[in-house]
Parts: sequence; C-alpha cells; structure tokens
Amino acid sequence: MSIEIRSAPHIKGARTVEIIMRHVVWSLMPVCAFYIFQYGLSALASLVVVTGSCLATERYFVRQGGQSGDISDFSAVITGILLALSIPPGFPLWMGAVAGGVAIALGKALFGGIGYNVFNPALVGRAFVQAAFPTAIATYTPSFMPGRFYEFIPSSMALPLMQPESITEWLTLKHFDALAGATPLAKWKFDGVLANADELLTSLSGHMAVGPSPLLILICGIYLASRRFMDWRIPLAILGSAGLTAWLLFALNPDRFPNPFFMLFSGGLILGAMYMATDMATSPVTPKGMWVYGALIGLLTVIIRYYSGLPEGVMYAILLGNAATPLIEKITQPTPFGKSVLAAFGRQRKGASYPLHPGYISREDAGAVTPRKRILFDKPKKPRQES
Amino acid sequence: MSQSPPRTWDEFMEGIWRQNPVFVMVLGMCPTLAVTVSGVNALSMGVATTFVLVFSCGLISLLRKLIPKEVRIATYIVIIATFVTVVDYVIQAVSLALYDALGAFIQLIVVNCIILGRAEAHASKTPPGVAMINALGMGVGFTIGLLALGTVREIFGAGTLFGVALFGESFQPWVVMVLPPGGFFVLGSWLLFFAALERRKQRKLAEATQNA
Repeated sequence: MSIEIRSAPHIKGARTVEIIMRHVVWSLMPVCAFYIFQYGLSALASLVVVTGSCLATERYFVRQGGQSGDISDFSAVITGILLALSIPPGFPLWMGAVAGGVAIALGKALFGGIGYNVFNPALVGRAFVQAAFPTAIATYTPSFMPGRFYEFIPSSMALPLMQPESITEWLTLKHFDALAGATPLAKWKFDGVLANADELLTSLSGHMAVGPSPLLILICGIYLASRRFMDWRIPLAILGSAGLTAWLLFALNPDRFPNPFFMLFSGGLILGAMYMATDMATSPVTPKGMWVYGALIGLLTVIIRYYSGLPEGVMYAILLGNAATPLIEKITQPTPFGKSVLAAFGRQRKGASYPLHPGYISREDAGAVTPRKRILFDKPKKPRQES
Repeated sequence: MSQSPPRTWDEFMEGIWRQNPVFVMVLGMCPTLAVTVSGVNALSMGVATTFVLVFSCGLISLLRKLIPKEVRIATYIVIIATFVTVVDYVIQAVSLALYDALGAFIQLIVVNCIILGRAEAHASKTPPGVAMINALGMGVGFTIGLLALGTVREIFGAGTLFGVALFGESFQPWVVMVLPPGGFFVLGSWLLFFAALERRKQRKLAEATQNA
C-alpha cells in the first residue's frame, strides 16, 4: 500500500481529468465518422489538421513550462475535434491550422493551461478565424457530393496565406446551383427559405450544407450525460431557453420568425449546447448557476440569430456565457448546511455566504472580513480552568 | 553643456532600448493601437510625435526656470499644443490622404503621455541639449515601436509592406489584423517577445553571478 503524504482531500473519485476527456473523445467518434461520411476526404483532412495543430501547440506550450496538463490528457484533442466540426468542411486547411494554434495559444495557454481557461478554447479559435477570414468561414458546401471520398473540396487545398479558389465553378461542374452552398440558417436569413425540422435533424436528405448531424450529437451527448461525464442541466437549459424564446416569438409573429424546431436543429446549436457550453472549466459549477448559464446562452443565441447581421450566433452566445460564468457562480452560491432561511429565521442574512473556508476568501474581495469567530460559533465552549 | 560623448549617447539610447516608450514603459497606447494598421501610417505618426516631442522638450527645457511650479502642466500643454498645431497643418498640406488616415490622432498627440511624461520627468530638470537628445531618443524609440506593430499588421492584414505587395494577387488578408483586436494581438506578442528576452538576460546574469 502506498502512502500519500499530502493535505486533504484524501478520498478521491476514480475519475481523473484524463478519463473524462477520453470518454468525451470516444463519444465524439460517431459524430466524426458521420461527418466524414457526409463530406468525405476534406472533412477527414480538416479533422486531422486542426487536431494536429492543437496538439502541436499544446505540446509546445507544455514544454515551455508554466502550464498545467499535458497532451496525454486528451483535452487538446477535444478542442481540435470540436473546432474542426464547427468550421465548414471545405475550410482551407492552412486556416484550420491557424485556428487550432490560436485556440490553444490564446484560448488556453495564455491563461495557464487546462482548467484555467476562461473561454472555451475551440470557440476562441473559431472566433479568431471568423474575424480574420469572414468569407472562408461562411463558405459551406453541400453534403453527400458525388465523388467526395477521392476528391478534396477545392477550397480545402488553398496554399498557405493564399485565398481559396471560389467553389462556385466547382459546384456548377457538379450540377449544383449557387444556392446549394448556403447553410439553412443563411438561406432563411437572407432568402427567406425555410428547411424542414426533420430534414435538419438527421441531415440525411438531399445535399444540405450543414455541419454534423444534430440527431447523432444528441444521442452521443445523452450517452455522456447518462454516464455523468457532463452535466445534463446545461444542454437542457440552453435548448429549453432557445426553444422557448423561439416559440414565443413564433407565436407572436409566425410570418417573420421561423418555427422553434428550425431554430433548435439548425446551425451549431446542438453541438454547442452538448459539447461546447458544457466544458467543465468554463461553465458554472453550481447547479443553479448551470440553469442561469444555459438560459442566458439560449436566449442570446436566438437574439443574435434574429436581430443581428450574422446568420449564426451560438459561438458568441457561448463566449458571452463563459465570460459571465464567474459572476453567475458568485450569485448562485448554495446555502451551506445550517444557514438556510428557515434556520436563520429572525436573523438577517448578510449576502451570499461562501462555502469555502473563510480563510480562503481573498482579501481583495470588497469588504471581505475574515469571520474567524463564525466557524467556532456553535462549538461548545470549553469550561474555563480555574487557575 | 560640457557632456562627454558617452553620456549623450546614453541619453539617446535610453528611449530606444532601456526605456522604450512602447515596449518597456507601455505609454501612448492610444495612437500605438489605433493608427498602426499600415507601415506608412505608423512611420508618419512616429515622425510627427518625434517632432513634437523634441521641440516641446527643448522649449520647456529653455523655459524651465521661468515656469512657475503651480501652473507647469498647463504651460507644458500650451507649448505641446503649439507644436501639434504646426504638425497638424504640415501633414494636411503635404498629404491629405495621410491626414484623413490618421484622423483625430494627430490632434491627440497633445495628450500623448510620452510627451507630457518626458516634459515633467526629464525636460524640466535638464539643460536643453540633453533634453532634446533624450526626447529624440524617445521619439525614435516610439517610432520603432509603432513600426514594429504597423509592419506586422500590414503584412498580415493586407499582404503588403509600405504598399509593396509581398505575396502576389491571391493573398488572403487576415481581416482581424487591421481591426482593433489585431492591434492588441500584435502588441501582446511583441511584449511577450521582449519579456522573454528580459527573462533570458536575467537568467544569464544569475548564472554568471553563480559561476563567479
């Protein structure tokens, strides 16, 4: 028996970060497989290049020192896969590599490595390429193209630093019209064409320009949640809040707004809700906070989709939710045992109480006074020894 | 003014390396981030600031015994504003395109903290010659800092360097680099680079003292 000499806690769960991350990667494998089936060689190359770029950057920064984690903990793999799934399949590979590098460098290494990041690294990478290459990231291609398994989408193979060639010519060569490259959300936003919810859910029918199948992501996400590798509250809150907001607006004005199912199953909302918003380091730990966080993201997604110039808003909604996480955690601190309203009946509660040992409260916290007396408050007094 | 040459050289180099306004003191960030979308903009902004810096520091140094302590900041601002007005009109006369590109940031040289800082910390205590040499060094250091940002942002944001195309027709511009976030990214990267240099120097110094 090995004896570990260290401070508490001494009883630990069997689940390490590595095991959790590995399960998330496994659960993403069917999604990736279907994504490759949809888009062929380009999707495979995109997944490999982006994940490879994430791993290389992670390795570099871990070797530099001052970082927690290592590439063996699979977190960079998740970042890479999620990033690759959230960009168009025909995204130029060199831009994908840039996105992966930025995701780890700016999104994670800058803050000190795994567990310290404020924003979801995959979304930081995506936000960077969205700002840097706005045309390329909006250029989708139809799925189930003939010959996709032995031919790249031409835009994938753009030379580094060079513009990808236009895919319009390639589309006409394959007998598709120019509209075929628009995502269902863009079609609705700019042309007023609405796709059916059941088509969106499986993304099997026709040559729709969509990301990975929402149904498959839902199934994989439910598996993860049932194994307790992820908290079910966050996706439920996001989808519930987005669905409710969309349904309310649809009920108010069915001509202007699409039906709520279109909102839920289009774009990256399911992927974002299941895999990106649930990132453990960047989402609240308090159960109440998870509901608030999810509701905020769902609401923001619908608002951005309806009222801004962009067709898709999941990325910014989740990033804003990440930014609000510390605040949400602060206002949703659970009441410690013995401190409930009933127990404190007649006594005035003074703000939220910290579940931590009071000694850990940072001195910078406004007006934080270490309440030393409080912990010893209920302790029976020792009988004073007469001397 | 009987300074030995090394002292003068030292005064000049201080602004370029040891106390570089952009990379060491991190002063004057407003023009640094805002106008450095291209190399030409950065260079002209740097030259304009250097001109104002040198002459206002010289004049303040000349008048340093006459300026009452109580109203010195107001006096400095009036002197600086005079030279800024000169620069403003000169740029407008020479190149209207450049004037439009730099916009309000020419007038804002008045409140650039490098200039006021030099006036307060250096020019008001030293004779004009030394003050002007020091100011020139600071100005050149500021220009180098702006160029370091401007050239990188221009190469990535437009694929050109001082207007000369580097990568040919089909270059993909990184739009983010000419937007405000790009300024922060590039500035952060440069600061990281100089911090790494500083740390390496410290480590070598520590090793040297250990060996000794």
